[in-house]
Amino acid sequence: MSYTTNEIMTVAAARRLPDGSVCFVGIGLPSTAANLARLTHAPDVTLIYESGPIGARPDVLPLSIGDGELAETADTVVPTPEIFRYWLQGGRVDVGFLGTAQIDRFANLNTTVIGPYDKPKVRLPGAGGAPEIASNAREVLIIVKQTARSFVAKLDFVTSAGHLDGGDVRARLKLPGKGPVAVITDLCIMEPDPVTRELTVVSLHEGITREQVTAATGWPVRFADSLGTTPAPTDHELQVLRALQQRTALAHGTAGGGGGD
Amino acid sequence: MTEFVTLREAVAGLIHDGDCVAMEGFTHLIPSAAGHEVIRQGRKDLYLVRMTPDLIYDQLIGSGCVSRLRFSWGGNPGVGSLHRLRDAVERGWPGPLALEEHSHADMANAYVAGAANLPFSVLRGYQGSDLPRHNTNIRFIRCPFTDEELAVSPAIRPDVTVIHAQKADRRGNVLLWGILGVQKEAAMAAKRVIVTVEEIVDSLDAPPNACILPRVVVNAVCLQPGGAFPSYAHGYYARDNRYYIAWDDIARDRETFKALMQKHVHNTADFNEFRRVLAESAGAAA
Repeated sequence: MSYTTNEIMTVAAARRLPDGSVCFVGIGLPSTAANLARLTHAPDVTLIYESGPIGARPDVLPLSIGDGELAETADTVVPTPEIFRYWLQGGRVDVGFLGTAQIDRFANLNTTVIGPYDKPKVRLPGAGGAPEIASNAREVLIIVKQTARSFVAKLDFVTSAGHLDGGDVRARLKLPGKGPVAVITDLCIMEPDPVTRELTVVSLHEGITREQVTAATGWPVRFADSLGTTPAPTDHELQVLRALQQRTALAHGTAGGGGGD
Repeated sequence: MTEFVTLREAVAGLIHDGDCVAMEGFTHLIPSAAGHEVIRQGRKDLYLVRMTPDLIYDQLIGSGCVSRLRFSWGGNPGVGSLHRLRDAVERGWPGPLALEEHSHADMANAYVAGAANLPFSVLRGYQGSDLPRHNTNIRFIRCPFTDEELAVSPAIRPDVTVIHAQKADRRGNVLLWGILGVQKEAAMAAKRVIVTVEEIVDSLDAPPNACILPRVVVNAVCLQPGGAFPSYAHGYYARDNRYYIAWDDIARDRETFKALMQKHVHNTADFNEFRRVLAESAGAAA
């Protein structure tokens, strides 16, 4: 089956979520990918949404982080403070699944402002749960469309820590989790270098060139020596994803559903 | 003791200019009717607190009721930006808005600290984030037992917390279910509490561990069916997503916003009349 770059992004991100893991899910692209994982290879994943649902199994993608669909399909719904105190800070989250507005070469994230903080050009929604998800989850997956405006040499604001200035800085600061382990975009998959922690392209999606990735990255992006090609989505993955999005559109009356936070 | 009053009476009696007010709700049970009433009564200089400011805070900010906002995520959930919030921050319209910006984990902890009558909250957070550089109310302390560095911020102690819930009984006990957010903590942290409800019943008929706000913490119960519109009330009605999408266009333009607030809030007596006016204009447009 033919597929779009958005579809391979979602599929490639979903594949990174291990079955049986506990995943703290951001709304939008992360929620789509996490639910695709649950409906394909990871039926025993436990999805946690910051509004309170634990073990949510939504039939359609939520419009917002606190949809009734999440509450009705969850194993339990706890108050929001419990999510952050007992689950995230309690060390019970294996994977934090995040989106972002801006990202830099060490996978630090900006969802706060474009421009100076006190006189912003664009005021973005803000941190939400991301700073503590980024620091406390055992590992972090990031899914974001790749453009030179979003992949920038220097963030206007560090909302949530990735690998900060690189190297072993997270360990020195005693951050509980190991931070971003992969960034999945509509063009490629990046992983942090084992030593420097600089994001390195490890896999190009089929039909995407190095030049396209370079043009969509605001820093001189590195490519792994053993650069791979992202396996194409299987028919099954595409059918499940499209059925999910179709159910969502029917339920919400909007194409695709599962938009911004 | 709980009073059963109209929303107009509750806002008039319990919310004053300059108050610190938390109108909580995590995309569910948003106290929209109460937000309208605060605008209608022309409150000024409010210090608003909420984890997830959405449409009602956009309306309050655009209407000039707010001078300060403590929050952790401000957006139109599932749609995009809050344009009135952005206009206030980016261009100072209709007046300057001081932001005190935190993360969700910190805000949730700060409500818990407020409810527990502690001066500050403690969490393992903000490591590597720029937020503490721009918010002097985020500070760090050393654990006296382990020497670990931990983030702290002042407890949230609203003068008034306003929430919407599904039911109250005739004595004033309040029951809510579904996504609970931080409503219980916000109520317990506040000096005064207003609750709007979908219905008032003889018996709540709830299991022993249900989320109930006992009447001793509730100052006013106001019967306001549909009071969470356009958000949802679990078991009663679904979110009206068309309104959230329409709000994006309405709030983009100052004049469109002002005209709509005039028609829907200032020119209506209460939320029920607003819903009638809205239904009529939707009928006319169809």
